[in-house]
Amino acid sequence: MIQVVLPKNLQILAGVGRIVELHVSGPVTQRSILDALEESYPALLGTLRDRNTKKRRAMIRFFACEEDLSAESPDAELPQEVASGKEPFLIIGAIAGGWVYG
Amino acid sequence: MSGVRVLVGTRKGAFVLTSDGSRKSWRIEGPHFAGWEIYHVKGSPADPKRLYASQSSGWFGQVLQRSNDGGKTWEAAGNDFQYEGTTGTHTWYDGSPHPWEFKRVWHIEPSLSDPEMIYAGVEDAALFASRDGGSTWAEMPGLRTHETAPSWAPGAGGLCLHTIVIDPTNPDRMFIAISAAGVFRSEDAGKSWQPANRGLRSNTMPDEDAEVGHCVHRIAIHPSRPNTLFMQKHWDVMRSDDGAESWREISGNLPTDFGFVIDVNSNEPDTVYVVPITSDSHHFVSEGKLRVYRSKTGGDDWEALTNGLPQKDCYVNVLRDAMTVDQLDPCGVYFGTSGGQVYASADGGDSWDAIVRDLPPVLSVEVQTLK
Repeated sequence: MIQVVLPKNLQILAGVGRIVELHVSGPVTQRSILDALEESYPALLGTLRDRNTKKRRAMIRFFACEEDLSAESPDAELPQEVASGKEPFLIIGAIAGGWVYG
Repeated sequence: MSGVRVLVGTRKGAFVLTSDGSRKSWRIEGPHFAGWEIYHVKGSPADPKRLYASQSSGWFGQVLQRSNDGGKTWEAAGNDFQYEGTTGTHTWYDGSPHPWEFKRVWHIEPSLSDPEMIYAGVEDAALFASRDGGSTWAEMPGLRTHETAPSWAPGAGGLCLHTIVIDPTNPDRMFIAISAAGVFRSEDAGKSWQPANRGLRSNTMPDEDAEVGHCVHRIAIHPSRPNTLFMQKHWDVMRSDDGAESWREISGNLPTDFGFVIDVNSNEPDTVYVVPITSDSHHFVSEGKLRVYRSKTGGDDWEALTNGLPQKDCYVNVLRDAMTVDQLDPCGVYFGTSGGQVYASADGGDSWDAIVRDLPPVLSVEVQTLK
């Protein structure tokens, strides 16, 4: 099972804890993880990426295995440690304290 | 026994304040949706247990929440707000064309008769409707595709549709207000719209009395007189007695006629409330004094209401959706401030008490009168 860590606000919105476990069929990519996440938790639709273009929202970041994968292709395969469930796929709200949204 | 439920949206969550009809002792529940901006919370007039909340965030976008038990529990409804057809451009701050982009829901207006039917006013300005309790949304494109729309320009808060008024005697008749485009009126339940800004003057435009482009901050009506509308414009307090065909200024003796809120006493259709704000560069009250101004003559002649409000060292703002009135007698008046206070008057404004003082900055205040 893939492990996905959600930011606190989305944990509350989806009614889950910090980590959710997902089954992903086929290659494990950002897209396949987000597809599975949104299918399991429809309340998250539109909160991480645009509903139509599937483009990542500007203030959302994706980390795994101590790497920032935000700018990687959504169809690039993620590290084997993520695919095997050994390491989580981290969804992070960008640090923006003190900005207009702070 | 009657009671009231005050619905407060803040910069960091929603709060529900309840009291019996005396409006003296309050129970405060929240924050709901902690950490999210709650631009508006409003209950259905047709089913007081049905509430809607607009929840948004710069990180995570727009969520629409729904409650079936008066705000005790909530569920995420639909958040798919798609403009219909090809979106063009509106005018940006510098006068250049700018693409239309959905940002958030500013205002929720439930139908007066059907708890499943709601309207949403959004940024960038457009009107959406849901017929299934917020699960799905469809734009009512007659407004955004109005021939004047390419000239609409944002105010400081964005190009927002922030006010929706439904004529209680004729639900096909609606008024909306956009900053900064002005008032539009529909006679066919939102299918088509006409500008309704005759009499407004705004010196921030090259043509001061142009058909559109006015930064209208808020409009309000009394249910018994749907042809009389009151307006707080960016500057100027205005009144119409012909269903927004024309407007005249009623600022009278106000210390400043800049402000955001305006509302009408539920029992006295000529009693109007505003909160003057120093200016558009000083978004706080004048002279360190928080004063509600009341006119009992439908405008022009205003009196300062200060009993129970801070009269020194106060520098708060009151935003456009942050004042409301209940349906009791005497009328209860409520408003929230950028300092996190929610004030209530149970005697039509003669005296005030803070229900709560230390919430996050208040974005909206609505009240339900419970029988």
